[in-house]
Amino acid sequence: MKIAVTVKQVPDSWAEKKLVNGRVDRESVDAVLNDLDEYAIEEALRICEANGGTTDDGGEHTITLISMGPTRAQEAVRKGLSMGATNAIVITDPALAGADAMATSEVLAKAIADGGYDFVISGVESTDARMSIVPAMISARLGHAQLTFANKVSVDVSSKKISINRITDTGEVEMEANFPAVVSVVEKINEPRYPSFKGIMAAKKKEISTISGSATSGTEVLESNARPPKAAGQKIEDDGSAAEKLVNFLVERKLI
Amino acid sequence: MSKVLVVADNAKVTAELVAAAGSAVVVESKSARAVAEYAKNNSFDAVFVAATMDGKEFAARIAIALDSGIITDAIAVDSNFVTTQSNFGGSYTVKAKVNRGIPVITLRPNSVEPASQIPETIKLEGDDNSLVTIKSVKPKVKGARPELAEAKIVVSGGRGIDGDWSAVEKFADSLGAAIGASRAAVDAGWCSHDLQVGQTGKSVSPDLYVACGISGAIQHKAGMQTSKNIVVINKDPEAPLFEIADFGIVGDLASVLSKASELINARK
Repeated sequence: MKIAVTVKQVPDSWAEKKLVNGRVDRESVDAVLNDLDEYAIEEALRICEANGGTTDDGGEHTITLISMGPTRAQEAVRKGLSMGATNAIVITDPALAGADAMATSEVLAKAIADGGYDFVISGVESTDARMSIVPAMISARLGHAQLTFANKVSVDVSSKKISINRITDTGEVEMEANFPAVVSVVEKINEPRYPSFKGIMAAKKKEISTISGSATSGTEVLESNARPPKAAGQKIEDDGSAAEKLVNFLVERKLI
Repeated sequence: MSKVLVVADNAKVTAELVAAAGSAVVVESKSARAVAEYAKNNSFDAVFVAATMDGKEFAARIAIALDSGIITDAIAVDSNFVTTQSNFGGSYTVKAKVNRGIPVITLRPNSVEPASQIPETIKLEGDDNSLVTIKSVKPKVKGARPELAEAKIVVSGGRGIDGDWSAVEKFADSLGAAIGASRAAVDAGWCSHDLQVGQTGKSVSPDLYVACGISGAIQHKAGMQTSKNIVVINKDPEAPLFEIADFGIVGDLASVLSKASELINARK
């Protein structure tokens, strides 16, 4: 199997994030691998391990990480390689700074089409943009089956089929499709592994190819304003009357 | 006056989309391509879809079919289709617009007052998902409580509840509220991940958010700080979430919640 996993470098989700001229300020905060992409990499590794392993372990399967981002994205990609992915492609181009979902999906879809993968696995969203639409867009662009929001994935290599359990606000759907497909996985599908020392050392030698790309966004940010910090209201110690005061507050604000 | 094509969702959310649209035609379809074609052939000025998990993906496929720009999670849309979004969990307000094709905009549930009437729904044939075989469908069992993302009131529990939801549930039910949780409560295995509010969970913006035993990591704040009223109950007076509370109580949450539930029930 040739598997592609899309990954993104994002500002650390535990840090304060800033917008400068409507774009994410990626310089002032630590750049990390998007948390949710780790579940996608882990799932790809497990699928390979259940079928004889990746080429790293003497098997025949490969996992290629595909990322669009600044040169710095290589740091995030390196983490995925140290988890056990085989190689990586980073699409870096000044023209892509500030790319929206339309442009991002165009660039990623092209790289995926060029690589001829059996299927793609993505995290369900990035923790900075939080749109969760890029996997659906890639699948629509490539005409590949869309198997998104999966909390369970199983792959039958011999018949080239993937089944997932899709879980959304409206319920759960068990679905199946032939390769090629675009899968997105939700948090908690698995417990992503920590890179081992051996994995970290091996990742240093793995290939990251950098290519350029271009695409046009379909949206523009007109203005972005930091929200004024919210002032704290009243704070009381419970002396036995807090419940009553709380109810009075709710009545005052017309909430009950 | 501009013409907006609204993709139907549940009745309440559809009514909200219709209200935001002003002049709307409502369609229902399994095919994003069919919706896109209808929008193009009938010269619609914009397409509105609900910003739910399913809605956003459907909207994304419409945008691809139209080769249009798409904006997700708008909380307001003006008559020129300039949208307002709240980014990074409400720390920034962003205004944006689509500059290519027929704008496709998804609107967060609860952002506008629903319209009193929904125009008759037009059904469009087709299904884009012919590559996928559906094996089984398990619709979500509607609980007695409202959906987290759509609720007017949310009561959430964190590490401080110590695995015991009874006081939180009692209070939530006295208010007709949805229940949420912090990542700590989810990671401890006290509830399922679909209740998680925060950076990697749901973003909510209810009229009232009551945080019980939640200290307030940035992770959690990102999912709730745009709530209109925030009540924080925590035994730790230093809990950072107090900084954004309209009403904060330092005390034992089980006793405060239980008494407050009785007082609220007595008012009914």
